[in-house]
Amino acid sequence: MEWLERNVPKLVLAPSFVAIMVFVYGFIAWTAWISLTRSRLMPRYELDGFSQYERLFAAPRWDVAMNNLFIFGGLFIVISMAIGLFLAIFLDQKIRAEGVLRTIYLYPMALSLIVTGTAWKWILNPGLGIQEAIRGWGWESFTFDWLIRPEMAIYTIVLAAVWQASGFVMALFLAGLRSVDTEIIRAAQVDGIPTHRIYSAIIIPTMAPIFLSAFIVLAHLAIKAFDLVIALTGGGPGYATDLPATYMYAMAFSRGDLGQAASSAMVMMGVIFAIVVPYLYSELRPRNDK
Amino acid sequence: MNMKSVLAASTAVMLAAPAMANPTAEVLHWWTSGGEARSVAVLQEQFAAEGGTWTDMPVAGGGGDAAMTALRARVLSGNAPTAVQLKGPAIQEWYEETGLADIGTVAEENGWDDVLPAQIAEHMKCEGQWCAAPVNVHRVNWIWGNKQILDEHGIEMPTTWEEFNAAAETLQAAGVTPLAHGGQSWQDATVFETVVLGLGGPEFFQQALVDLDPEALTSDTMKAVFDQMRVIRGHVDPNFSGRDWNLATAMVMNGEAAFQVMGDWAKGEFLAAGKEPGVDFVCAPTPGEGFLYNVDSFAFFELSGQDAQDGQALLASLIMGPEFQHTFNLNKGSIPARTDVALDDFDDCAKQSNADMTADAESGSLLPSYAHGMALRGAQAGAITDVVTAHFNSDMSSDDAVQQLADAVANAM
Repeated sequence: MEWLERNVPKLVLAPSFVAIMVFVYGFIAWTAWISLTRSRLMPRYELDGFSQYERLFAAPRWDVAMNNLFIFGGLFIVISMAIGLFLAIFLDQKIRAEGVLRTIYLYPMALSLIVTGTAWKWILNPGLGIQEAIRGWGWESFTFDWLIRPEMAIYTIVLAAVWQASGFVMALFLAGLRSVDTEIIRAAQVDGIPTHRIYSAIIIPTMAPIFLSAFIVLAHLAIKAFDLVIALTGGGPGYATDLPATYMYAMAFSRGDLGQAASSAMVMMGVIFAIVVPYLYSELRPRNDK
Repeated sequence: MNMKSVLAASTAVMLAAPAMANPTAEVLHWWTSGGEARSVAVLQEQFAAEGGTWTDMPVAGGGGDAAMTALRARVLSGNAPTAVQLKGPAIQEWYEETGLADIGTVAEENGWDDVLPAQIAEHMKCEGQWCAAPVNVHRVNWIWGNKQILDEHGIEMPTTWEEFNAAAETLQAAGVTPLAHGGQSWQDATVFETVVLGLGGPEFFQQALVDLDPEALTSDTMKAVFDQMRVIRGHVDPNFSGRDWNLATAMVMNGEAAFQVMGDWAKGEFLAAGKEPGVDFVCAPTPGEGFLYNVDSFAFFELSGQDAQDGQALLASLIMGPEFQHTFNLNKGSIPARTDVALDDFDDCAKQSNADMTADAESGSLLPSYAHGMALRGAQAGAITDVVTAHFNSDMSSDDAVQQLADAVANAM
């Protein structure tokens, strides 16, 4: 009985632990193995060194995909956080109908990225959407054709992704703003400190953990971005809006090039680790400063 | 029932099974759109009429990508379907990975070698043995024109790419979009390969896109091909990005554009809209000589059960049967792979296609389409398409393009 009491937590956790070991870490190991072979249509298991990685880094399309990841990831995270923060601060001003506004801003997050992508595809199509509408109103020379310009198309993806995610970031920040101790704010107000100074010097610094959470959530959204690209541009024009995830999909499922897909997946995982590991380190290290 | 009688009964069933000859087939295919589904139903009925049991396994979407993923999962779990829609070098690739069934007996009984063009028969063989059955032949290098627009501007169907350029400029000046094109990379590749054939000729096409000869890939002819692609880019309307091929066909149909370069599945769109060849629209081979084919076929996986093997044999003989080839291709818009099927019911474009196929098979200019997976394996074809589409959608110079082409091909070997 006593043994049972001591071991129930372990017994309860065991199945999910085993499942995660196999289906997450087991398959990561399997992918790593495949990335070192010459697998094409079907997995093969004879090791062949790093030739798949050499092929990967020699492919111009992979360069485009990685560049796009940094452009998209960087802009998406920064702009979503900035817009989210401002929306949260505005909503925090004890305005009327806050509940309704909050729902309106948060609503895009409830939509599937496929829906967002398809809708923005129509909105941004020069022959159908904004450009055509504004020309129809009489501004004949108006041009907004990013969607079909290879060097600008990646920014349309940023646009749609920011539209989707900034409401969610706002909700995170709003919760953070509300959790700041009101006593401190009152004290500051009594001292006659202007509101913008209260935000910049007191509230925002105490929200640092929320910034970090928002950053982690947005960063992993950016790295796994796939459905939005497929729906909005299909990776085009050409392969100008390819991201690592779409590259991997193309190699694994349309080209019969499993080894190449596996090596690109490993590089993607490396990028995620580069972001997540420092975060975990900062979260999990023993706190000596208390 | 004790253990002994269970054993006896099951042994009896196992022994009786071959004698009963109950052909079964589980068929994995991606023919799910209207005309295609009707065509499969024809095969299904014939199969059932011969006493077979058909299990349909249609996987929609992605031009077969989804079906190939399903196939991979089935093969990995050791449960391959009886017959799979596979084509081109993918047949040989699968043969090398897992082995395919030998259907040589059926092929010899029915004299496939005599009724198929040699080049096409070659695709159906794995190390000399028959392992797949062809269903149809699509010609890829067609150019479609809107008859009314062409007449209005006094333009003949172009026979050289220079004529095409001149016609396109006339149309451009008159405010008509010369070429309807969709912005998907396979469509760029389709136009590209017809230009390679048109400017380089069949021999050059063979060297460059089938044998992947580095000298051909970086030759001046290839540069001229990319120059022509740049010119074509200027004749496409600005909204082509991401457009589907059938929407481009609709542009020609509705008089929004004059030409489209597309395989003969575009004809299905015209016919479905009630347009008549020669009256509403015109078809002609793309400028230059030669015939680029895209052959749909079924391959058969190695299976042990007698029922399944009978099913494979029955299916193979039905697929290559003149009746099915006739009905199926009328529905699909393609032409029969057999050269001995009467074409009286077919339209003029199909008749021309068939005549050209026979003539080009003899003169050696019957060639596999690279853009539709007939000439190269997936990784190599994909590498070429990447370069073609990157060039088409940017201001890359032709010199850079041929260099990238050679590098990409070397990288995909």
